[in-house]
Amino acid sequence: MTPSDAHPAIEAVWRIESARIIAGLARIVRDVGLAEELAQDAFVIALERWPESGVPDNPGAWLMATAKHRAIDLLRRKSRLERKHEELGRELEAEQEMAVQETEAAIDDPVGDDLVSLMFTTCHPVLSPEARVALTLRLVGGLTTPEIARAFLVPESTVAQRIVRAKRTLSEARVPFEVPRGNELAARLSSVLEAIYLIFNEGYSATSGDDWLRPALCEDALRLGRILAELLPLEPEVHGLVGLMEITGSRVKARVGPSGEPILLLDQNRARWDQLLIQRGLAALEPAEALGGALGPYALQAAIAACHARAHKPGETDWGRIAALYDALAQLAPSPVVELNRAVAMAMAFGPAAGLELVDALTSEPSLQAYHLLPSVRGDLLAKLGRLAEASAEFERAASLTRNARERTMLLERAAACGSGSRPSQA
Amino acid sequence: MRFMMLMIPKGYDIAEPGTLPDAKAVAAMMKFNESLQQAGVLLALDGLHPPSMGARVSFPGGKPKVTDGPFSEAKEVVGGYWMIQVKSKEEAIEWARRCPGSENEVVEVRQVQEMSDFPPDVAEAAAGFADLQAHSGQNKGS
Repeated sequence: MTPSDAHPAIEAVWRIESARIIAGLARIVRDVGLAEELAQDAFVIALERWPESGVPDNPGAWLMATAKHRAIDLLRRKSRLERKHEELGRELEAEQEMAVQETEAAIDDPVGDDLVSLMFTTCHPVLSPEARVALTLRLVGGLTTPEIARAFLVPESTVAQRIVRAKRTLSEARVPFEVPRGNELAARLSSVLEAIYLIFNEGYSATSGDDWLRPALCEDALRLGRILAELLPLEPEVHGLVGLMEITGSRVKARVGPSGEPILLLDQNRARWDQLLIQRGLAALEPAEALGGALGPYALQAAIAACHARAHKPGETDWGRIAALYDALAQLAPSPVVELNRAVAMAMAFGPAAGLELVDALTSEPSLQAYHLLPSVRGDLLAKLGRLAEASAEFERAASLTRNARERTMLLERAAACGSGSRPSQA
Repeated sequence: MRFMMLMIPKGYDIAEPGTLPDAKAVAAMMKFNESLQQAGVLLALDGLHPPSMGARVSFPGGKPKVTDGPFSEAKEVVGGYWMIQVKSKEEAIEWARRCPGSENEVVEVRQVQEMSDFPPDVAEAAAGFADLQAHSGQNKGS
């Protein structure tokens, strides 16, 4: 029986408790795969007993104690087979630990170190990004393999294999179960944030026709980010990522039109932006900024998103601030797309010529050759400068590159408008 | 899915203005609030002053009528709320079970309506609702 067959109330308990239990067990047995098995064993026992006895007052403690007993049994069996003093020593230590802590709340992880360690482990850089995503959603997010497969539009077997291989890689690489320290922390943390942001973007890219599990990935990512922000409150980039996801998430209902076509930010109906999430995002930015030091890439992107979120209408956008933030982002995390966005911000803040200078430098950029927004932006700036023939050519090029039929029509209309010699109205 | 957990404290209907919960109860509730926060499911929460400090507007014959609190007919009143983001009603209920409520308290669990819950004709009538929510949020300024 799998957890997903379970009575819904017990399943709800599992979703709430599983990450902490797996984390606590991983601390004892030093292997996340084994920890998950032991946790699931305890869950199966719960499924058998709770329908009769009722859900215990402290279900998390019950599950943890049950799982720990099984961990001890396992270690005892191992020591009987191997008969090594080290194993016996550890078993005795574990037994003592059990005895001492049995009467206390069984989730003994008040500081959250175990859960943080679990997140750092499932997001270890020795794993590929897809493996990190699958393992994290499974062990920390509490999603089942079928749910992960549906959410990412891949076969169940692919996800199952990814998870099995990931667990094996971690144990073969002898990845220690701990919170990284000092210099290592920043690099390891960026691995974690990257995995969470990958999950968010996969959800954000979902269209209205998709399985509801796909857009729900945004909520899963937000939940993981918020959990991490509670565990590592002094890490500004964690708050930055949460802020970025809350504010970006606020636009989910506005970004798709009635026929499913994407709507660019500046064209969105801002009445559809979720104000609760915007306020949460702005609040998350506060510690990111207050903790001092230069803003990191996530905090910078969040600050840019916040500029848009604060503007009641596109015309109220603080483009000067956005341009400055993109300047900083281009230094820290340069990429052609960042540069293009910076060009747009510069143009809005300082006039089309300023933006065009940056865009012209990007025309030979290989990774943007098939990116329709590059000629689209260039066309827009050329049109504003009165260079209509060139603008028309750019809009036609953009139209040829976009896969979206409505967008192609709009771009061809703009090309035609420039061709007829009429200046564009202000966007 | 979003859910509201509404705290309904017995006796709050006749609580004097300025009534505040005692420190021990507050401490226990803070621990619960933190557990929601640490689980990443808490979206918002607030406590409400008692009805003796509030007012009710009713609409006899379609015309508004204001009555100052307390309200003798209302035995159950809302003392506060949490808004949480979870995957199912069962999960919301499980969280509500963990609230350190006393014998005098009830927590009601209610799902928040999303536009997609409505049939087309209701959705159309409510089409301006998003605007309303947005503008009231925007006026909070920031």
